[in-house]
Amino acid sequence: MPDVDTGNIPAPAPAVEAPAQFTLFSRWLHWAMAIMIVAMLFIGAAMVASLADYHLLLAVHRPLGVGVLVLGVIRLVNRFTSRLPPHPKSMGSAERRAATLSEYALYALMLSQPLIGWGMVSASGTPLKLFGPVRLPAVLPHDPGLYAVLNDMHMVLGYALFLLFTVHMLAVLFHTLVLRDRLLDRMALWKVQRKKH
Amino acid sequence: MDQEDEQAPAAQPRTPSRRSTVLGLATVAGIAAVDVGGFLYVSGRLTPGKLTPARLADGFETTFGKHAGFRRNHAKGVSVSGHFTGNGAGSAVSTATVFESGRRSPVTGRFSLSGGVPDVADTATTVRGLGLRFSLPDGEQWRTAMINIPVFLDSTPRGFYDRMLAFKKVPATGKPDPAKAAAFLAGHPETVKAMKIVKKHPPTSGFADSTYHGLNAFHLTNSSGHMVPVRWSMVPVQQARPAAAKPPEDRDQLFNTLVTTVDAGSLRWRLMLTIGLPGDQLDDATVPWPDSRRQIDAGTLTLDNVQTEAEGNGRDVNFDPLVLPQGIEPSDDPLLSARSAVYAQSFARRSGEPAGTSAVNVSQVLDA
Ligand code: HEM
Ligand code: HEM
Ligand code: HEM
Repeated sequence: MPDVDTGNIPAPAPAVEAPAQFTLFSRWLHWAMAIMIVAMLFIGAAMVASLADYHLLLAVHRPLGVGVLVLGVIRLVNRFTSRLPPHPKSMGSAERRAATLSEYALYALMLSQPLIGWGMVSASGTPLKLFGPVRLPAVLPHDPGLYAVLNDMHMVLGYALFLLFTVHMLAVLFHTLVLRDRLLDRMALWKVQRKKH
Repeated sequence: MDQEDEQAPAAQPRTPSRRSTVLGLATVAGIAAVDVGGFLYVSGRLTPGKLTPARLADGFETTFGKHAGFRRNHAKGVSVSGHFTGNGAGSAVSTATVFESGRRSPVTGRFSLSGGVPDVADTATTVRGLGLRFSLPDGEQWRTAMINIPVFLDSTPRGFYDRMLAFKKVPATGKPDPAKAAAFLAGHPETVKAMKIVKKHPPTSGFADSTYHGLNAFHLTNSSGHMVPVRWSMVPVQQARPAAAKPPEDRDQLFNTLVTTVDAGSLRWRLMLTIGLPGDQLDDATVPWPDSRRQIDAGTLTLDNVQTEAEGNGRDVNFDPLVLPQGIEPSDDPLLSARSAVYAQSFARRSGEPAGTSAVNVSQVLDA
């Protein structure tokens, strides 16, 4: 383990050494999806406020959102099948619990948001175009009342996801830039050597 | 996997200096400000002067009052259904299946009068609307909302909004404030020109003998990938008659006449595709195209059923002009995206409200 002083001699890695980082696959998924989800939040907020670009932004919003859903399912499976690095010592037990809970909430929102989007377009009775002739089938019957409810949910949960993402990002930055515990390294796309302090 | 169970041997925090703590905090605060500020900015919340779909929908409510459960514009209407039969001529310019020779596409439609008052009294000069949804194979759809004037009065959504408010009826007189209307027209020569063209095309006697124009330009693509600009209209097969000189006696007269004629038989229109040439205005619906443009008669619309607005019929359709099949694409006309956005607003608002009772009741008209 890294806190064991190994001097300059590289210690043979113990068989059960806890990882210092999320797996490479997890890290790539995290950043690809972070970009996609943040883009989705801004595109969503911008398009409902834009007369000129509504159509264009919505044409990007739909396939990108479906992409989030597909990657989100893969990521959920990956989360439960891969080994997570233990939390750093700089985090107390309450903070660890909060971090884990907020991660579950992020999963819940990143998966429910595109599902609600799909459902609401279905309930509006409009064909769901992705690109060119490719369309998704309706998952709900044409029902304006249901559309109105899902449309409200999509807005409320969209804003909730924005808030949670913001808190998540600021918490990581606080750790990294203020507490200086190298929390960001755990998600870095490159390999990070454990350092002793 | 549970992160709680594992001990945490990873990097220890260095003891940060005071300076680096302050710098770190400032960076975090800066990023927070950019993130939240950027989000609020794109959502239009920091720019109250920007015309958004919600503010445009609010404009209808300011102008016409808020009528829960009804469309914010074209609120008074009746649902119809029938079919469209393509004759194959449109396939020369577009791959859209709706144009295929002999293909019969089911159609749901809605006749309406413009304005946001759901029980407004019919007058000959109120703009008449026809919304259509063509159901195509494999769940594809084509939707279009057309009106009976030959050009639109505004070239931009802002113009539409400002005109609506400038021509808002003053309760005391029942007429627009002349000063406001004049001020608007002084700044909008395109509207003045369009109004002159509209004057030259007086309305016909009713819904059945009106020509309905799509007005906005689109693009058609045929099987060899060739693209042409198009505007379309539905031209009545019924003989057109001029509107009566005196105002209708019954406040629902135009609708009542429509209901009884559809009930007695069927009404038909020819779909005319007008093919634009280079230089024709594609992004300004106030400017007509020359009469000499090639016209393609693409098939016949037959409407043979009329229903009171109710669940599942034309009432529940958002006749969004950008729900298009393969083979038809939007042009750069700024009205199109704006219409799509505002119709979605109006549809979401009315769908979330208790349904209103339509002023046009088909069985009452037929029983009378
Ligand atoms: C990660 C996934 C998604 C996120 C974060 C997201 C976010 C948003 C946001 C923030 C809005 C603006 C809400 C408002 O202020 O009214 C919005 C609107 C919308 N979203 Fe999504 N969305 C996602 C997925 C989808 C998907 C998959 C679809 C459809 C296939 C979809 C369809 C829509 C539509 C149609 C609107 C506009 C509704 C209107 O005009 O009122 N979204 N989305
Ligand atoms: C919408 C955007 C984002 C979402 C949905 C998201 C979601 C998540 C989730 C669910 C985890 C837990 C690991 C996993 O299961 O993948 C995580 C970890 C992490 N995220 Fe994000 N994230 C987002 C944006 C960001 C941003 C912008 C940063 C940069 C500051 C960031 C930095 C991190 C770090 C460093 C970790 C590892 C935390 C740890 O050590 O436990 N994330 N993120
Ligand atoms: C920026 C300009 C325009 C705005 C803001 C606007 C706004 C609206 C709104 C809010 C509705 C109600 C939608 C619903 O709840 O389903 C509507 C309906 C309608 N509009 Fe427009 N419109 C515009 C331009 C046009 C043009 C150019 C046409 C004709 C070519 C048109 C024809 C119609 C028709 C026929 C309906 C009734 C459709 C139905 O029965 O649902 N509009 N409009």
